[in-house]
Amino acid sequence: MVATAISCAVQGLSGVPVTVEADVANGLPSFTIVGLTDRAIQEARERVRAAVRNAGFDFPARRVTVNLAPAEVPKEGSGFDLAIAVALLRTGRELPLDDVACIGELALDGGVRGVIGVLPMARRLAASGIRRLIVPVENAAEAALVEGTEVIGVESLAVAVAYLEGRLDLAPTAAPPMGELIAPGGVDLAAIRGQSLAKRALEIAAAGRHNLLMLGPPGAGKTMLARALAGLLPDLGADEALEVASLYSLRGRLSDRPATSLRPPFRAPHHSVSRAGLIGGGAGLAQPGEVSLAHGGVLFLDEVCEFPRAHLEALRQPLEERRVGVTRVRGTVTFPADFVLVAAANPCPCGRLGQREAPGCRCAEDAVLRYQARLSGPMRDRIDMVADVPRLGGEALFGSGAEEPTAAVRERVAGARARQAERAASTGVAANALLGAEQLVAVSRLDVRALDALTTAGERWRLSARAYHRVLRVSRTIADLAGEERVTRQALLEAFQLRGQSE
Amino acid sequence: MTGHRLAAGAGCWPPGLADLDQLGGSCGVRSIWLEGELPPLPGVALVGSRQATFAGLEAARRIGADLGRRGVTVVSGFALGVDAAAHRGCLAAGGQTVAVLGCGLAVDYPRSHRGLRTEVSLRGALVSEYTAWDGPRAWHFPHRNRIIAALSRAVVVVEAGEKSGALSTARWAADLGREVLAVPGSILGQANRGSNRLLRDGARPYLDVSDLADVFPECAVPGASDRRRRPERPGGEAANPPLEAGDHAARLLALVSAEPVPRELIGRALGLGASGLAVLLGELELEGHVRSLPGGLVARPRW
Repeated sequence: MVATAISCAVQGLSGVPVTVEADVANGLPSFTIVGLTDRAIQEARERVRAAVRNAGFDFPARRVTVNLAPAEVPKEGSGFDLAIAVALLRTGRELPLDDVACIGELALDGGVRGVIGVLPMARRLAASGIRRLIVPVENAAEAALVEGTEVIGVESLAVAVAYLEGRLDLAPTAAPPMGELIAPGGVDLAAIRGQSLAKRALEIAAAGRHNLLMLGPPGAGKTMLARALAGLLPDLGADEALEVASLYSLRGRLSDRPATSLRPPFRAPHHSVSRAGLIGGGAGLAQPGEVSLAHGGVLFLDEVCEFPRAHLEALRQPLEERRVGVTRVRGTVTFPADFVLVAAANPCPCGRLGQREAPGCRCAEDAVLRYQARLSGPMRDRIDMVADVPRLGGEALFGSGAEEPTAAVRERVAGARARQAERAASTGVAANALLGAEQLVAVSRLDVRALDALTTAGERWRLSARAYHRVLRVSRTIADLAGEERVTRQALLEAFQLRGQSE
Repeated sequence: MTGHRLAAGAGCWPPGLADLDQLGGSCGVRSIWLEGELPPLPGVALVGSRQATFAGLEAARRIGADLGRRGVTVVSGFALGVDAAAHRGCLAAGGQTVAVLGCGLAVDYPRSHRGLRTEVSLRGALVSEYTAWDGPRAWHFPHRNRIIAALSRAVVVVEAGEKSGALSTARWAADLGREVLAVPGSILGQANRGSNRLLRDGARPYLDVSDLADVFPECAVPGASDRRRRPERPGGEAANPPLEAGDHAARLLALVSAEPVPRELIGRALGLGASGLAVLLGELELEGHVRSLPGGLVARPRW
């Protein structure tokens, strides 16, 4: 006697619908699960056996074989428990609803516990035409975000079986409305006094998705500024928001950020983060790292020179390809990782290099050079702007003059984004930060006076080709913010101010 | 390695080095390694802190240039900070310079001075008493300072903290009967403690290049190029106004002196937003009227 149930295996953000087959045959009582399973699924035997019995059903005292098909796809985690139990019970009784996928972990008493990754599973199943799901109650809301999918939240195996038998009518969970929520820890620009250069850099970064490096001593307000950047970014689109929520679901971090939020995420991993934590990986399910949790938003690396060099090297792929491949024993999965990078660093290990008042910098010369060298290489190439964030004295901090609020700046950012979107139709490049060398020439359309400034600057500062491109990208965004068709001399001059001191 | 060895008593043995023998002990130099060609010696030694302030670096560069322009050889220690600024200033003004290393000539130290090393060897000489591959040991540096002092007729300490190696150069110079001068500095902060103390202890203050006229008569006359390079007075700017930027530019130049000013304050004083200020500073920087410095500071270039 063979019966089946449907579940889903996740691989990265995607996955494969899994058919759980259960066979009950004559022979010595045994319970075997096959189909490229991990340890959590092998342990499912004990959970399923106890849950079935404690939910009031009989566990067949015969030779039970469960196969998770397709057998060549690796499967991980405890989310298959419910489907295994349903397939098993179906060998002995009529459960007429068979186009329903079951996801959930079983408790020994027959309860159903929440699992991670339900949202990406629901999206994957919907793509294969499976639009009815039984999921743990606590995961029902996230699964319901998938449009057109009917989600039944259950708290126990008994309820799930009653529903499948048609004895119990459960109302599908209503999709929570997507809507604007204040990003946790959001900072309004108006709350930051002074630092007008850094604020302008944030505006440009938000408008053109440029990566930014802030240099300044500890306590100058770099973290506040980075947080404010997340507030300047426009809302995510519905699809993008769902993708972001899927990533958080996979990582089991929906408590950090509501799945319905349209605000771009802000992530600020500490420099003690592991490589897997930053880039993605881990021993169990391939989990997205901080770079993917920042997808669509801002990744802030404070004290960037303190991060291990290997971590920074590993950022090269997400910075260039806007996604990250996580290679594990059983193959490679890919997560989206399209973020604006904000890095912050002290100018030297003690932070006081170049400071005029006592106490001056006391770092050894070699230490300063080594410290700054950490920032070179692939990271530096992808950072378009450098802004100094000095520690301000009283006169600047308490001077009069209202600071511009986030809402006003965000409006200009939205305008600049719209102009980029218009251009994207012809260039195929969504944001100025992604413009390549050939496209830059086409979209810059420098006027004569701008060209003159560019030539003079190139001679005076001996700009490298990379530096030219960075300046051109940034000036294109500045011109977009000003609503200019061509890159003007003013835009170029302002971009020069943000080019950073050295190559 | 192109260096060659020069033994004491050789025909071109720098005369000043013989003075070290009179100090006795292990002070004498038996041979030196040389890369490039020795310019006319004795010269003027410019020494100071490796972690110099911007003011210190500017001063070193300027003194180096003033001397280089007059054909006076600048001797220094090729270290980061003041030493390098002195070498560079001298070379930029077309002068000749001698770098006395604290390691063998084949050792690439400090590594960031690779370019400077080539320039010095082409337009002056690199000198070391250590064999080619001797590394930069801590005790080499105070020891090589005696050579810097010996090769010079005067030592100018540009900026030195309390424990700076430049002070040891000054001591050697005093022992050898060389002239010792120091550039007066701010009494706030640590940066000038050592050099200011030298002044108190009897070193002569260095205010401009004519202070070296006693030992180098060519320093008595202000050079034609110096007059143009005098620090501009805020009011005297009208001679060379940047035409396009207009009123704001003039006011900005009046605000900024050679002492760095935070840009935040400039913006406030002019009533300009970040964007407007950046454009204005960009224009002025492009024309060479101002210079952006790390830490959000703006200064007038001294030359």
